[in-house]
Amino acid sequence: MGEAASRALIAFGHRNIWLAIVAGLIWVVATSPIAAAELPRLTGRVVDNAGIIDAATEAALGTRLEAFEERSSDQIVVATIRSLDGEALEPFANQLFRAWGLGQAGEDNGVLLLVALDDRKMRIEVGYGLEGTLTDLHSKLIIENTMVPAFRAGDFSAGISGAVDDIIMVLEGNAAELEARARRSQQSDEGPAWPVILFFLVWGTFFFGGFAMAFLPPIFGRKIGPGRYKWLGMTVDYTKSRGGSSGGRSSGGWSSGSGGGGFSGGGGSSGGGGASGSW
Amino acid sequence: MSIAKPLAATPVRGLLTLLGLCLMLPLLSACGFNTIPTREEQAKAAWSEVLNQYQRRADLIPNLVETVKGYAAQEREVLEGVVEARAKATQVQISADMLTDPEAFKAFQESQAGLSGALSRLLAVVENYPDLKSSQNFLALQAQLEGTENRIAVARRDYIEAVRLYNTSLKTLPSMLWAMFWFTGNEPYETFTISEENMDVPSVNFGTSSGG
Repeated sequence: MGEAASRALIAFGHRNIWLAIVAGLIWVVATSPIAAAELPRLTGRVVDNAGIIDAATEAALGTRLEAFEERSSDQIVVATIRSLDGEALEPFANQLFRAWGLGQAGEDNGVLLLVALDDRKMRIEVGYGLEGTLTDLHSKLIIENTMVPAFRAGDFSAGISGAVDDIIMVLEGNAAELEARARRSQQSDEGPAWPVILFFLVWGTFFFGGFAMAFLPPIFGRKIGPGRYKWLGMTVDYTKSRGGSSGGRSSGGWSSGSGGGGFSGGGGSSGGGGASGSW
Repeated sequence: MSIAKPLAATPVRGLLTLLGLCLMLPLLSACGFNTIPTREEQAKAAWSEVLNQYQRRADLIPNLVETVKGYAAQEREVLEGVVEARAKATQVQISADMLTDPEAFKAFQESQAGLSGALSRLLAVVENYPDLKSSQNFLALQAQLEGTENRIAVARRDYIEAVRLYNTSLKTLPSMLWAMFWFTGNEPYETFTISEENMDVPSVNFGTSSGG
């Protein structure tokens, strides 16, 4: 009885420890992302959570933005939300931009067009890499001259569509820079580079060659003495003891190429460039 | 022959030990040795960005003052206030090596907040001049100024976050041990204590005093 009780107690104690560890892990996992749950998900190039863009415009915008990204590698995303819930527009836009990682990594060539319906505010957030082309003044002018009049008239689709046209026009305006940007991004998107392939080829030869020389001659070769084999013209002697064998260590890695079905940000960032407005 | 064997084995074993130690060297990074210098450099980089954006704001101001002067030269007091605050703000500079100095950091923060206050007074005054408000030149400057203020806010947030990480690594295990035994000269960095918006209390001037 006493033994059983103590065993149960021990078992319970163990379980408690495990429970505590699991609870601790869950707590760490649950508390680490800072308010990431509140951000809308990046479902496509047009994230119309407020439901103010009509279906035809949304589809047209999607294809136009996709075509533009193919040409220039610039990622433009339109997002509408119902309300900011008391948050300030600029920090929210920046947070969203960074969470979605718009623009290619290293190039930071993303643009986020954000509309908060109930707050009657909009913002064009520009990634680091496009700040020089799509300046704050450009963004401000697009908001004031294209978006605000259409929004005041209640035509959100036209306002957003016009703003996207203007943004593309500005980005295309600097044609030389656009081409250079597209070329740079293409280079980084290409398959494994030849030096990498060569490296793995040489490494593989050494690595698997070692194995081959250890196992294959006794199997395929001709025995010419105790522990000595002749295979492919080489005499292999297993009677001599070998020193330490050296193992290869590879540290290379492939970067997974983006692509496939869904749309995702390229890992760009923004430093708060762009402009805000209200209607 | 029987003596030669252990003699021959010794250098081999020594070599193996050395090799083993070399292989374990990267593991040092797993126990927090790299954390402190890495985060220190990140905090310094974030600080450079803060300085960069404040400098950008300071560079915009002469143009802004000239533009406002063209329409509202009689607002001499406000304009002079901005010029003075800008001069003061560009004088107080702290390099990344001085980030551990609370006094210097406070002085920097106050000088920049002074400039923010002077600028907001100037923009409030501009409201009284419709011609100025609608002039292309002023609109362009305003867009740039707004963009710069937002970039300052972003840079400040990034710096605060970088410093939080760095300061935490000085106070938590396992990197704390390295701070105690190796990086003994590393001290926590200062960070922005009050948000820029809360710092400049709006000064209401009913014309009874000369403001301030």
